[in-house]
Amino acid sequence: MKRNYADLHLRPDLRNSELVIRMIKKASELGYCLIAIPFPQNFPEERIRKLQNICREYKTDFVSRVDLKPQTSNELIRSLRKLRRRFEIIAVICESKHVARQAAKDRRVDLLNFSFYSPRKRFFDKAEAELASNALASLEIDVKPLLTLQGPTKTRLLSSLRREVAIAEAFHIPIVISSGAPNELLMRKPRETAALASLFDLEKVSAMKAISENSMAIVKRNKEKLSPNFVAPGIRLIRGGEDC
Amino acid sequence: MLKKVRRRYLALKIDSEETFGSRDFMGAVWDAVSRLYGEYGASQTGLALIDYDAEKKFAIIRTVHTTVDKVRAALASITRIGDKPVAIHVLKISGTIKALHKKIKQ
Repeated sequence: MKRNYADLHLRPDLRNSELVIRMIKKASELGYCLIAIPFPQNFPEERIRKLQNICREYKTDFVSRVDLKPQTSNELIRSLRKLRRRFEIIAVICESKHVARQAAKDRRVDLLNFSFYSPRKRFFDKAEAELASNALASLEIDVKPLLTLQGPTKTRLLSSLRREVAIAEAFHIPIVISSGAPNELLMRKPRETAALASLFDLEKVSAMKAISENSMAIVKRNKEKLSPNFVAPGIRLIRGGEDC
Repeated sequence: MLKKVRRRYLALKIDSEETFGSRDFMGAVWDAVSRLYGEYGASQTGLALIDYDAEKKFAIIRTVHTTVDKVRAALASITRIGDKPVAIHVLKISGTIKALHKKIKQ
């Protein structure tokens, strides 16, 4: 069966609409059938719809995403309350331990993302994984820093990623690999992305899952939750009207 | 007994607005392999340039079948040739050049 690949983290400059279209086209050419672009919290709905239509032209599914970068856990909770129903994917870029812990245990968070510049700001340890294993969050790894960083910074990042991947697998936390690309030259084919994942000892089968099944599962789950027929997990409205 | 070397041929597309000479291209590939896997790792790949078309931005390289994934990762990690931005994508992989050309035509 043919796999469906997803890139949940394309990061074009939204002010440059030509670049956005080029990246959507490129994603389609490279074999991705679903993409997500992070939007600012107050981004107009009609522009999101417009992008959805452009994606449809290139036979690619599109989901909206928001990247939260809260300073405190209370700020995170407030943002989640406000935005969960507006965006299909919510990622939290954890810049402090408190935020990381709150994000890991909150079932409204889909993706946990950590700073790649400083290993001290990567808070994905066993405690974090244990919290995440009781919630729904996945660990997101961007490929972009693997392409742009060089020397000791890259070596340290690879070492951190290797440890985090081992912890995530031990606690059965889904891993999602995304490009994090700001332009089309930093986008890679799904198999190339999987090959790059071997640098931090993620096996080929797991890497392929990380760019297909794991990402798709998040989108499917959230689309179902955001549909007007959703009542609660396992309960949905099948038919409405007086004769029910 | 000596094991027979099984080779793999990779058809590559060079994604860039600039054109490069074959020397620059192979230099970047060797650089990337050595940077990621060291000189020892690079020596195991048996890399060789088979075909190169600067105008069509197309190349065929050869490697050993056990190091295909390493070479794929190294190619993916290339972001520049000289100081010009570039991306290299693997189009097809095959065990013979003839089969590779057939696959590309399909």
